[in-house]
Amino acid sequence: MSEDLQFAFSLLLNGASIGLMYSLIALGFVLVYKATDAINFAQGEFVMLAGLIVAMLLSIVGMPLIVAIAVTLAVMIGFGFGLERVVLRPLLGRPVVAVIMATIGLAAILRGIGPVIFGSETRAVSLPIGDEPIVLGPASLPPIQVAGAVVAIVFFLAFSWFFKKSRMGVAMRAVADNQQVAQAMGINVERYFALAWAMAGVVSALGGVVWGSMLGVDVHLALVGLKVFPVVILGGLDSIGGALVGGLIIGIVESLAAGYLDPYVGGGTKDFAPYVLMILVLMIRPYGIFGKRKIERV
Amino acid sequence: MVGASAQRVVAREGDYQLVVEGVSKRFGGVTAVQDVSLEIPRGGIVSIIGPNGAGKTSLLNMVSGFYKPDTGRIVLEGQDITQKKPSHIAALGIARTFQNIALFSGLTVLDNLMLGRHVRMKAGVLSSVIYWGMAQKEDIAHREAIEEIIEFLKLQDLRKQTTASLAYGLRKRVELGRALASDPKVLLLDEPMGGMNQDEKEDMARYVLDVNQERGVTVVLIEHDMGVVMDISDKVVVLDRGRGIATGTPDEVQRNPKVVEAYLGTGKGGGKT
Repeated sequence: MSEDLQFAFSLLLNGASIGLMYSLIALGFVLVYKATDAINFAQGEFVMLAGLIVAMLLSIVGMPLIVAIAVTLAVMIGFGFGLERVVLRPLLGRPVVAVIMATIGLAAILRGIGPVIFGSETRAVSLPIGDEPIVLGPASLPPIQVAGAVVAIVFFLAFSWFFKKSRMGVAMRAVADNQQVAQAMGINVERYFALAWAMAGVVSALGGVVWGSMLGVDVHLALVGLKVFPVVILGGLDSIGGALVGGLIIGIVESLAAGYLDPYVGGGTKDFAPYVLMILVLMIRPYGIFGKRKIERV
Repeated sequence: MVGASAQRVVAREGDYQLVVEGVSKRFGGVTAVQDVSLEIPRGGIVSIIGPNGAGKTSLLNMVSGFYKPDTGRIVLEGQDITQKKPSHIAALGIARTFQNIALFSGLTVLDNLMLGRHVRMKAGVLSSVIYWGMAQKEDIAHREAIEEIIEFLKLQDLRKQTTASLAYGLRKRVELGRALASDPKVLLLDEPMGGMNQDEKEDMARYVLDVNQERGVTVVLIEHDMGVVMDISDKVVVLDRGRGIATGTPDEVQRNPKVVEAYLGTGKGGGKT
């Protein structure tokens, strides 16, 4: 394999693994939007919160890793349920913008409160996976990216099983499809809204662990949430498969931009390339690759 | 067709399963329903007719809990359900279909029917995850109930098809099946034959009669096809501009001059019986 090809392959692999980790976070956003029509601008802050909790449990409380992750999962599930009950349910039936503003406010609150409770230093979340790059064909990846990608894939498989085969998953799709009719089936719609937020909590907990482990945990961890938007615009706001594919594409675009464009312009294209793509998609295909095209019936 | 009512367990006087008492509903400045009362006898087929905009669907929406009436109350078997949530009312035994077919379009026929049975499923959110065995065992019983409906409505070949791919008449039939899946006491049908051809209408009328006679389900029907209404109803209620203007047997209603004036007299499918 020529050196050029090897470089390209390495960029692709790197981009795909990071992309899968974006997909994981985007999944939280999509689950909430799909079931409740709410746009969650605090998804990145959810990840930050989970990262802060797990880092604190590891470094200050000194829990074993597996226990710390389990506790973080439980706390984030509770956080999701609580948030829906206390903040979002009272906003049901209000204009969409009310929910958006509420989540933006929540994001600011979490970013503000996080350091107050957990301290402002950057903490490490070390996973027992070593530092030796894992060789995959002609390229190699840091072990954390491999772990992150694996976690993402496992979660996508689990969620696609849940929505296809489980009774709750099918009921949740019914709620997403038509809330009024779902109610007429005796489905307690609010309960499924709460479940969607709790699932976003689960995804954020895992996102906090893998992203926290890669970047270190402080308030800046919330910034990964910004990547959610190009991912979900690309894939479709309500498509779980779209979150997966969108994440992969955004990860790869970023990586290719960093590899091929940055040397010419002196860096930085990696950070905005995903948004250029997002705006292009909005102009050409506003409902995303897999998103549901809303048809107005007369 | 009059003979059909003789086979039924004729409701004794005063044994009303569902009672609507003087309900009204205003939307902004528009009065959709004004002081309408209905008595639905157990095991009967009651049709609500009236010109477009008469308030028929609004009335059903109040019974199923989507709208809260401004005045009046709605009582199911002695229990006041006026302020209850739609999901609670469904659990109490009122199922319905919608004027514009409202199937979950991305889901299969089987999934739609299983969702119809949602209220009968005891294993709740947590138990269906944690106590997997119980949910599985319960599933089998529910699947049997669903299979019975599939057979009844002759949907055998369609189980795995998504509902969006079905022909119009079949979708209406699946929607009826979904409503039946909850084992309802009272079935509210909003124009089940709307947009159908004559053959499809006859099939649907047959199914409605079977549901009523074999399964003992009380039926409340909104329908524009006068031939069907007069054939299968025990009782007809006529609404016009939000008010109830007549109630009685199909014969009585057809002879009522007010009805003729408001509705049948306009030549809209009236005349023949």
